Amino acid sequence: MSSFVLYTVTGLGLAGLYFLLASGLSLIFGLMSVLNLAHGAFFAAGGYAAWWVMDSFDTVPAEPRFLLAVVAAGAVGAVAGALVERGLIRRLYGSHVRQILLTIGLGMAAVALMGGWFTYNPRLMDQPAWFGATTQLVGANIPNSRLLILAVAIVMLVALMAFLRGTRHGLIIRAGVENPSMARALGVDVARSFTIVFALGGLLAGIGGALGAVYFNGISPSLGTTQLIFAFIVVVIGGLGSVPGTAVAAVLVALTQIYVNNYVATGLGSIAVVVLLAVVLLVRPQGLLGKVQP
Amino acid sequence: MRGRIALGLTVLVLALLPLVPIGIPVVFTGDFTTPGTLQVLASALVLAAVAMSYDVVFGYTGLLSFGHALPFALGAYGTNLLMIHVGLDYPIAIGVMLLGHGVLAVLVGSLALRTAGVAFAMVTLAFAEAFALLVLSDPLRILGGEEGLPIASERVPDLFRGVVNTQNIYWLALALAVFTFLVAHRVVSSRAGRVFEAIRENEKRVEMMGLRPSPFKLAAFTISSTLAALAGSVYLLVVRGANAGITTPDFTLAILVMVVLGGAGKLWGAAIGGFVYGILTLRLSAVATSDAIDALPGWLSGPLSEPLFVLGVLFILLVLFAPGGLSSLRLRLRGA
Repeated sequence: MSSFVLYTVTGLGLAGLYFLLASGLSLIFGLMSVLNLAHGAFFAAGGYAAWWVMDSFDTVPAEPRFLLAVVAAGAVGAVAGALVERGLIRRLYGSHVRQILLTIGLGMAAVALMGGWFTYNPRLMDQPAWFGATTQLVGANIPNSRLLILAVAIVMLVALMAFLRGTRHGLIIRAGVENPSMARALGVDVARSFTIVFALGGLLAGIGGALGAVYFNGISPSLGTTQLIFAFIVVVIGGLGSVPGTAVAAVLVALTQIYVNNYVATGLGSIAVVVLLAVVLLVRPQGLLGKVQP
Repeated sequence: MRGRIALGLTVLVLALLPLVPIGIPVVFTGDFTTPGTLQVLASALVLAAVAMSYDVVFGYTGLLSFGHALPFALGAYGTNLLMIHVGLDYPIAIGVMLLGHGVLAVLVGSLALRTAGVAFAMVTLAFAEAFALLVLSDPLRILGGEEGLPIASERVPDLFRGVVNTQNIYWLALALAVFTFLVAHRVVSSRAGRVFEAIRENEKRVEMMGLRPSPFKLAAFTISSTLAALAGSVYLLVVRGANAGITTPDFTLAILVMVVLGGAGKLWGAAIGGFVYGILTLRLSAVATSDAIDALPGWLSGPLSEPLFVLGVLFILLVLFAPGGLSSLRLRLRGA
C-alpha cells in the first residue's frame, strides 16, 4: 500500500512536469496550428537558468534562492518564447510545414548550443535540504520535492485557467482556439495574441525545466527533448488546444508510465504510453476533451 | 536526356573515386583510397538513399511522417537478427527482412493513415518511438540495448568482410543509392506518382475527380518504407552493426532535415541533402575543432564545434530564405 502511494505521488509529480510542458504546446497548437518542436529547448533553457541561479548566488539561503531560480527560469522561457515568435515564426505565417521545419532546426541548434556551453554531462543542481526530506502520507514516505512539483503544477493550472477565463487576452486566446477564422471575421486581432501565447508557453516550459532539474536530479541539454515526446503524446491524448484536457491526459500518461514501470517491468512504461496513444487515436482521434479533429 | 547524362557522369565519378589517391584536406583525414574516408562517403551515400526514400512519402505525397527512422532501423536490426538467430546469409536475410517488413509496413501504414496531418505525424512518431524504447529496454535481451548490435560478420560474403574490403562496401552503398534513385524515379514519374503529387496539392480534389486517395497514400508509404528498410540493411554493413541511434526520433528529424536541406519534391535534391548532411555530421566536428575556431572565445568556439548547431542554423536560414532547399539555389542563381 505504502509503495502504491509513493508511486502515485511520484507519478503525479511527473504529471506536473508533463502538464507544464504540454499546456503551452497545446495552446500554441490550438491557436496557431504551430507544432513547436523547439519547446523542449525552452524547458532545458529554464533548467539551466535555474541551475545558474542556484550555482552563482550561494550566499543567499537555499529556499529563497530556489524561488528566485524558478522565477528566473520562467523569465528565460518567456523571453525565449516571445523572441522566437517575433523573430522567426512570425515570418512564416500561412505555411505550417515550414513553421514545423523551422522549429525543428531551432530545437536542433538550441540543444547543440547548450551542449557547447554547458557540455552534455548533466549539471547537478543545488537544492534546499528540505526537498530531500520526506513527509509521511497515508503510511508512505513521500519526498518533499515530488509534493512541491505537484503543488507548483496545480498553482500554474489554476493561474492559467484564471488567465484564460478571466482576462481579455484569455478571452481572445480562447476564441482564437475555438474558431480562428470566425474570431478574425469578428474583427479580433488574433495575431496579436500569438506572441503572448508563445511567451506563456515558454514561461510554463521554463518553470517546468527548473522543476525538472529537481525531479531528474540535474539538467542536460537533451532532457527537454526527451520529455517533449511525452508532452506531444499528452497533447494529442488531451485534445489539441484544451488546457483541462492536457491536465487530465498528463495525469493519465504519467501514472500509466510509473505504474507499468514499477508493477510490470522497468522500461515498458514508455511503451505502454505509446500504446495508450494509439488506442486513443483510433477510438477518439480528436483526443479526450478536444472538439475538432486536428 | 540531359538528366541522364548528368546522372551517368555523377555515378561514374563516384564509382571511380576509391581509385583516386587524392584527398580533400581538413574535410577528410586521408585520400579517397583510405578506408576511413571511404566509410564516411559510404554512410553519406546510404543517407542519400534514405533521404530519397523519404522524399517519396514527404516531398511527393505530402505526408509528414515523423517515423521514417522506423523502417530504416527495422532494416538494420531485422537483417542482423536474421543473420544472428536464424543463421541466414546476408543476401537472403535481406530478402526475408524485406518481405516481413513489407507486411508490417502495410499494417502500420493502414493504421496510421486513418489519421491525417499533424495527427499522422504523431502516430508515426509514436510507432517509431515504441521501437526505439523497445531497443533501449530490450526485454528479450536480443537487441543489444544502448550498445547496439554488432553485425554477424560470419554471415557476410567475403567480398564485404573487414576493413580491407571497405572499397567494395563503398561500391555497394553507391549501388544502393543508384538503385533507390531509379526505383523512386520510376515510381514518382508513373501515373500513380502523378496521383501522389495531386494528393499533396489537394486531396479533396483528387476525391472529387473520382479517385480514392487512401490506396495511393498506402502505396507511397509502403514503397518509401521498403526502400528505407533496404537502405538500413546496407547501413548495417557500412557501420558494422545496428546502433540504437538510428531508432530515435532525432534520426527521423535528421532525415527530414536532409530532404528539406536538399529540396523536397526533387529526388536528386534529397540525394544531395542526405549526402551533404552525412558528411557534415561525420566530419564537421573535425573541421570545427581546427585552429581557426579554437582561437575564438570560448562562448563562440563551444557551439561552433557542435555539428548540429551549425546544421541547425544553416537549416533555419534555408527554411526562411530558400524554402526549396539547396537544389533551388541553383535555379535562383540562374533566374537572377
